[in-house]
Formats: sequence, C-alpha cells, structure tokens
Amino acid sequence: MSVHEQFAEDLALHALGSLEGNDLAALEQHLAECASCCRELEQLRGDMALMALSAAGPNPPRRARRRLLDAITLEPRRPARVALRRPLWAAAGWVCAAALAAITVLLWRDNAALVQEGRREISELRSLASQKEVELAEAQRIVETLTASNAAHFTLTSVKAHPQPQGKAIYVRDRASLIFLASNLRKLPPQKAYELWLIPTSGAPLPAGVFKPDAHGSATVINPPLPAGVEAKAFAMTIEPEQGSSTPTMPIVMQGAGE
Amino acid sequence: MAALYDRYSSVVYSVALRVLGETGAAEDVLQEVFMQVWRNPGVFDSSRGNLGAWLAVIARNRAIDGLRKRRPETDIETVIVSVEPDLAGNTERSRAMEKVRSALGAMPALQRSALEMAYFEGLSHSEIAAKTGEPLGTVKTRIRAGLFALRKVFQT
Repeated sequence: MSVHEQFAEDLALHALGSLEGNDLAALEQHLAECASCCRELEQLRGDMALMALSAAGPNPPRRARRRLLDAITLEPRRPARVALRRPLWAAAGWVCAAALAAITVLLWRDNAALVQEGRREISELRSLASQKEVELAEAQRIVETLTASNAAHFTLTSVKAHPQPQGKAIYVRDRASLIFLASNLRKLPPQKAYELWLIPTSGAPLPAGVFKPDAHGSATVINPPLPAGVEAKAFAMTIEPEQGSSTPTMPIVMQGAGE
Repeated sequence: MAALYDRYSSVVYSVALRVLGETGAAEDVLQEVFMQVWRNPGVFDSSRGNLGAWLAVIARNRAIDGLRKRRPETDIETVIVSVEPDLAGNTERSRAMEKVRSALGAMPALQRSALEMAYFEGLSHSEIAAKTGEPLGTVKTRIRAGLFALRKVFQT
C-alpha cells in the first residue's frame, strides 16, 4: 500500500469531506509533508467522481441551458455581439489573442510559408490552450472557420474607389460562423458606428455586428449571433447609430460578394 | 461553452439532483458550476485530472454545501482528481456508469449504505456512526473499502 497505514482511512473520509476536528488537522499536517498520501488523496477523489456516475439520471431541463447561456451573454468576459480587436483580446486572454494574431497573419498574407508557420504556431497554441478548455473551444472555432473547405470568402472594398479601406469576411453557413477583419477604416463621427450586414440570396439584409474601428482603423467581428443555414450572397457595411440598426442606412460604404 | 455544457451537464446535474433531491436546487448548482468555469476558465488545470471527473467532484461538493447550508468549503482551484475513465464521451460514460452500478450492487448492503450516506448526504463518519449505531472505526473502514471497490473495477 502506498499510503501510510495510520492515515489510510482518514484519507478516504477527507476526500469525501467527512473528516472533522483533530483527525482533519492531523491529516492536513501530514499531507503537507507526504507526497504519496497526496497522490492517494487524488486517487480517492477520482473514486468519488466514479461514485457520481451512480447518480446518473435525467438530463437537466432545457431551461437550464438557456439560463446558463443567457447569463454568459451578460458576463463581461466575452462581448455578446461584437468584439473589437483590442477589447476582445484583453477579454479572451492571451491564448486567444495569440491565436488571432496567427490567424490574422494567415488571412492577410497569402503566402504558403507563412501559412505553414502560422499553422505551426496555432498547433503550439492549441497545446498550451489544452489547459484552458473553454478558451480552446473558442480558438478552435475560429481556426475551423478559417480553414473550413466550405467556407465562403468575401472581400469588401470601398465603393468610392478609395483602395485603402478593406474588409475580409469568412463565413461558414452551416455553423453560422463569421469572422470579419477590417483595416484602414475611416474615423466615425460621434454616436456613429459601422454595421456589418449579411446579404442573403433572398430576403432582407441581416445585421451581423456593430463595431467601431480602433485608433489604427482596424476592427474585428467574431461570430455575431446569426441564424444557421442562411446562404450569403454578399456582405456589406454601413454607418449607423452606435446602437446599431435593424435595416441598413444608405449609403453602403463597403460591400463584397463571395469569392 | 455550450459544447462544454452539452457534454458534461448531465453528470453535474445528476449528482446535484441526487444530493439535493430537488430540481430547482440542482439547476442552481449546475448554473453555479458552469458559471465558475466561464468566469475563470483557468480554474481547471488539465494536470488536475480529466474535466468530467473534476466537474463531478466540484458539483457534488457544492451540492453537499447547499444541503448542509454551509459556505463552500472546497477551494476548487486546489481540487485534484485522478481517475481512469474519460467521462467526456457518452459511450465511455455509459460503460463506466454500468461498471459503477454493478460494483455498488455487489457491495455488502452496510458498506454501500455507509458510502452513500457519506457521498450523497454529506454525513461525517461520526454522524454515520450515530445514525447506524456502529463503531466509528467500522464506518471508516466501510467507506474506504467501498471507494477501493469502485477503483478496483476500473483497474481490472
């Protein structure tokens, strides 16, 4: 047996949170000095997790899922609708930020060597992110959108033949995933924001994110809420009140059809 | 987060429901556990074991805290769980579930009862001894032997 016999039974009780008083104090003192008993405690907690399986019963009601997702929407950790580049990175942590940096390189430089390098970086970042499963799920979704074979790519350019402002939209219809990166955007008047629109093959334009560019004229929209399965004919961008609009206000400042 | 919830919510909810016996309270534990992960994803470190097992232990501990009307006693950042089966997949989980139920069914009734009182009711060994009229040492031995019996099922 790998544990000290005198503490063996108390370890099981401690794993269950059932140990009290002097017994608990004595065991905790021992644990501070005994690696093998610490390992045994981990094992016993694993045994506890197995015990949980005996309780398997009905799934939680659907409202519980809705409640959680609603609560998440209200949490500051991840903006619910639109993430500008800087706040997104600050909020999602350095792992996602670094992943986005690698992804941005992939997107803007159509260079095989860089693609290879970027993928290697993403792979390394994924390895790091394995300790942070939630962040990883988000980063993976972005990578999958960028590399999906059925992703439709849209390039938006200025309609006034001004070449500098540019937007790239990568959209996966089945997953309703959308990543939009823009650069060289014009500074906006106060109380105004840009709004991205998904132009479906039929029906009215769908709002796909309200955003303001940063000081460098760059902005990012990551996975705004969109209905699944909508086929996009094009994406377009307008200037709207900063709270956004339900229908686009003319003129369209940028637009682009699928490539 | 939705994917994480879809994968593990049934484990978290089931254990909370079994402990608390009331769906509303179990939903509260479910919400609390996943919100903690959402607010601080770094709270789970993969070196502390697999996520499903860790969530099950955290959910059980939170439910017991709720049952006993006490403040959370477990610092979740320190909980390390070492367990063989990966509880992420439905198939693995179902297989593990059958093994656990079978192991519990094969235990002597008094041993199973002591283990369930400690696990699902959060009773201390002295409370179990008082409830069953058995010596403290016997209760301790039964609980430990019960946990070992579960472990053994996954080592063979």
